[in-house]
Amino acid sequence: MFDLDLWREIFQSINKNRTRSVLSGFTVAFAILLFAVLFGIANGLNNTFDEAFVDDANNAIFIFSGMTSKAHKGHQAGRRIQFKNEDYDFVKEAYGDNVQYITARIYKNVNATFRNEKNTYNVRAVHPDHQYLENTLIKEGRYINQLDIDNRAKNVIIGRLVEEDLFLKTTALGKYINLNGIQYKVVGTFTDDGGDNEERMIYMPVTTAQRIYGNNDYIDQINLTYNPKMNYNQAIAFSNELTRDLKDRFEVSQNDQRAIRVRNLANESKSINQMTFGLGVIILVIGFGTLIAGVVGISNIMIFIVKERTKEIGIRKALGAPPKAIVSIILLESIIITAIAGWLGLVLGIGVLELVGSSLETYFIKDPSVSPRLVFGATITLIIAGAIAGYLPAKKASKIKPIVALRDD
Amino acid sequence: MLQISKLHKSYPIGDSSLHVLKGIDLSVEEGEMVAIMGSSGSGKSTLLNIIGMLDEADEGEYVLDGVPIKNLTEKKAAIYRNKFLGFIFQSFNLINYKNALENVALPLYYQGMNRKERSEKALFHLGKVGLKDWAHHLPNELSGGQKQRVAIARALAANPKLLLADEPTGALDTKTSYEIMAFLQQLNDEGKTLLIVTHEEDIAAMCKRVVKLRDGVIMEDTRVEQVRAAAHV
Repeated sequence: MFDLDLWREIFQSINKNRTRSVLSGFTVAFAILLFAVLFGIANGLNNTFDEAFVDDANNAIFIFSGMTSKAHKGHQAGRRIQFKNEDYDFVKEAYGDNVQYITARIYKNVNATFRNEKNTYNVRAVHPDHQYLENTLIKEGRYINQLDIDNRAKNVIIGRLVEEDLFLKTTALGKYINLNGIQYKVVGTFTDDGGDNEERMIYMPVTTAQRIYGNNDYIDQINLTYNPKMNYNQAIAFSNELTRDLKDRFEVSQNDQRAIRVRNLANESKSINQMTFGLGVIILVIGFGTLIAGVVGISNIMIFIVKERTKEIGIRKALGAPPKAIVSIILLESIIITAIAGWLGLVLGIGVLELVGSSLETYFIKDPSVSPRLVFGATITLIIAGAIAGYLPAKKASKIKPIVALRDD
Repeated sequence: MLQISKLHKSYPIGDSSLHVLKGIDLSVEEGEMVAIMGSSGSGKSTLLNIIGMLDEADEGEYVLDGVPIKNLTEKKAAIYRNKFLGFIFQSFNLINYKNALENVALPLYYQGMNRKERSEKALFHLGKVGLKDWAHHLPNELSGGQKQRVAIARALAANPKLLLADEPTGALDTKTSYEIMAFLQQLNDEGKTLLIVTHEEDIAAMCKRVVKLRDGVIMEDTRVEQVRAAAHV
């Protein structure tokens, strides 16, 4: 099976005809290099989008309040809109199944102390559903529950970095932490994929915060997720309805963009999804385009090689080379060059991505990488294409009459 | 050794065809040294190509060493060429990226001989043409006469029954031509059968028999007193 002499012949031919070999190899290596780099960059863009939306539930709706900017129904402009518990209850009850999870939010800033360690942190006072809205991952203990809400319990959940800052090497669970002079029990610790800021957060029951900070029923913000069964358009219709109802409820003009603002991630998800789809199409086009360019390149080279070797083929035939030997020497040579060059392009491409990958993050390209399997597949495609493209001219060359081949000089 | 009868060959040119060989009858015995002469267009090269199985006749019979050469497949023609024939060309036709030794060994490679044996045999034949010291030189490092001697060594390597030379001295000066002819005569003395296509009278005179072709037919077929090339070197 293994014909050492044949391989020797082929390697001699590759080695002695270096310009030809290098040129044809260059085309293939370049095609694979381009393929790997472009694919990698497109993947990097994709990674950026994925990452940007991994943190929060992507079916979230955020409701903020502000000052009115228009006079309406006898109210002057500049009135402050303040959400209260009843508004939270209204949104929760009025829309039934449309609302999946809902929570109020109150923002506070506290000085936290544990023994000798001190620091300032942001506090979010929330309902239990908040866990699902923010994708909070419980590390130890539990999240805020309904009992905490009902009892206005002085329980808090602290982020991983708060625990590290204040409790140093010890665990925080079950210990008491001092926030602005009041002792709270740590009933849980959490992590969050949203980054360090999210992990430097303290959560407490919304009712507790209302009791301690002003003894009122004020709410800063209402967050909810809509029923995930809704499609984007339904979700957008839902949030439009919600906005209308809330504006009526607070006697705010429907044209007032400041008093009540509703941010629906469905709007963004929709465009992101379209973008990702567009990117996928671009990736595919790039991939196929590069491959086709490579295939065309190889075909041309093969035709050129056969043309260049016509005389040599004639000599070999006159000396008794059977047609099969002619076909195999030309084909194998092209396959070897394609394979080596393809491998080189693969290594170069991955190397380039490795090298410049981290510096591209400012251009929204994160971890631009391409699976070696994919590039390997592309190389195989090129080899097969090269073999097919080379077979026809090689076959034709093997049929050349030696006299014809030997005549032109 | 070689019998040809009523051989015809025409080449299509546009709508019409050119009748190049118009019924050639030729028979060559073993040990002969035949010059095939004729002006260009007389069909001498076509005849040689048919004898060399590089081309096929339209009509007629061709028997080489008792084997009828007809309707050969490419593969079979390759085997016969390798076994029966050695070619010497006007333009040497050495493979330029292979050194002298590798060029000579090439027909042996197609016989399936192993590498070591091939090298030994090729070196032996290079020695015979006096180029043992040049074995590892590439063709472009050799003079015209040396190249032709490498080509002769290559033609001899497979130990063929018949040596076919197409204007073997056409690209060489007179002195080198005579050296090559002296060498071919020596091969003939050793018993090789040679067929030499030439249009030079002095070269033809160095053969033992001269066949003159004109317009596709044999005009003259005479045995001549051989002029020894060695005397002119």
